Amino acid sequence: MMDTRRLQFGQILAIARKEFRDRLRSRWVLAVTLVLTVFALVIAYFGAAQQGAVGFKGIELTIASLTSLVIYLVPLIALILGYDAVVGERERGSLDLLLSLPLTRLELLLGKYLGLAAALAFATVAGFGLVGVVLSYGIGLTGLLDYAGFILSTLLMGLAFLSLAMLLSVLTSSKVVASGAAIALWFLYVLIYDLMLVGILVVTEGQYVGGLFPILLLLNPADIFRILNIFSLEEVKSLYGLATVFPATLASPWLLGGAMLFWILAPLALAYARFRKLS
Amino acid sequence: MNRTAIDVRGVARRFGEVHAVNGVDLAVHEGELFGLIGHNGAGKSTLFKMMLGLLAPDRGRLEVLGEPVDGARFRETRRSIAYLPENVVFYDNLSGLETLRFFAELKGADPRECKPLLAKLGLEAAARRPVRGYSKGMRQRLGFAQALLGRPRLLFLDEPTVGLDPEAIREFYQILAELKAQGVTMLLSSHNLAEIQERVDRLALMRLGRIQALGTVQSLREELRLPLRIEVSLRPESGERLRRALAPFADCDVRLDGARGVIVCERGRKMALLAALTALPDTVTDIRVREPSLEDVFLGYTEN
Repeated sequence: MMDTRRLQFGQILAIARKEFRDRLRSRWVLAVTLVLTVFALVIAYFGAAQQGAVGFKGIELTIASLTSLVIYLVPLIALILGYDAVVGERERGSLDLLLSLPLTRLELLLGKYLGLAAALAFATVAGFGLVGVVLSYGIGLTGLLDYAGFILSTLLMGLAFLSLAMLLSVLTSSKVVASGAAIALWFLYVLIYDLMLVGILVVTEGQYVGGLFPILLLLNPADIFRILNIFSLEEVKSLYGLATVFPATLASPWLLGGAMLFWILAPLALAYARFRKLS
Repeated sequence: MNRTAIDVRGVARRFGEVHAVNGVDLAVHEGELFGLIGHNGAGKSTLFKMMLGLLAPDRGRLEVLGEPVDGARFRETRRSIAYLPENVVFYDNLSGLETLRFFAELKGADPRECKPLLAKLGLEAAARRPVRGYSKGMRQRLGFAQALLGRPRLLFLDEPTVGLDPEAIREFYQILAELKAQGVTMLLSSHNLAEIQERVDRLALMRLGRIQALGTVQSLREELRLPLRIEVSLRPESGERLRRALAPFADCDVRLDGARGVIVCERGRKMALLAALTALPDTVTDIRVREPSLEDVFLGYTEN
């Protein structure tokens, strides 16, 4: 019900700065950075322990191991980061105050998202980047680029789940409900979705969904992340059965990156569509 | 002085089956300190939110400082408006000063206003401490400081003194008086009728989404013709003597309770009654005339 035609970037930045500072102060950024650093180091040096070897076994295997960890961890971190962004303000009574200022709902939403995204990006890049510096002696330029690609895809997945968290935060009426919904969403996308797909594939013997399968995978940002990382690494591709069901033509990093971008923008757009009507 | 700061016409808003605001007309003049009184659920907060353009009315129209609240230009008008919501909780990890600077930036107010404002509200020593350690009263004062940023022309204060101690309440109204002297318009909602009745220029009584009564406290008292209430202190064992002395006042209700008596009577009998009571120095030791409080006015309206 307000004029949203002209965005004022100063207002967006003011909100974003406050969100980022809030997460720095609460030591959220520090905690996530440390967790990611420690996990990455442990995986780089002990990731191959199951195969009876300890020590750094090359960047491709490290990325493959990190991928299967990050796919659980980062969506959870992003959902926890964002689930209370709007509903939290509503609950503490500050949402009305913010909206009584010369600030549009779109500016508020974008500012929140950018501030939280900056916190997430900082923790991700710092946490994995630190390990990258440690590893950089052994891996050469191609390896470093692969690792940088892994960090970027991690970040994109995090941003997609942060966007989903913002949507939950707008749709729910209390923090308790929002946190429950966030955990349910995590279970769905990270644990249940793939199981369901494989189940359907097995039950129907691939008859009905066979062709749809790659598209169904694109409907889950966690799966996009997995494909992005598995397909880019020749050595590990064969280790995963995924390559047999996902056509290489669809595995272009641009297409996958575009799908990820969709997962970043679409929930945010839906969140805004809902938020502008809410009172 | 007589220009209209808030103009509300035929406004209604429903939530499901509940008519939160059900046809309200109201004009608040510039420079006025206006009180909005009502029980919880009477529709005060809903009306506030519609005046602030946070909530769209189902019907009717609202203009604030000459601008329709749903218009494109209202964003600019917001710079001249301040709002203190009820029970607002600020950000735990930011200090009082950071909180204020955050709001100053969003309002486009001079950040140099922040420190003097904190000092004015007695938060100077706590300015750099995180808000999580603030008491309820300190949080409320921080909220008030926030409302004063950028020299607003119009203040919306929703239950502003909840959580404040009597000293802080007195200081709060002192600041309101200063603002009033500068011509600032203020709309104040409260449960605490005794507290605001001496302080507002006019008030509106809300009930079930409608404005039940509107005017000065005095005009509301007269309109209702509320009875006069006189309390007296008595010497021991003198209750019967009082009853005999008041025999001519058959229309008055006399109640005795040990050393205390309460006489409730029509206002027109006041002087005669006082004359009769002061003629009884061996019976009555003290006389207190209780003017009907806003509470009585309020009860009178809601019970009728």
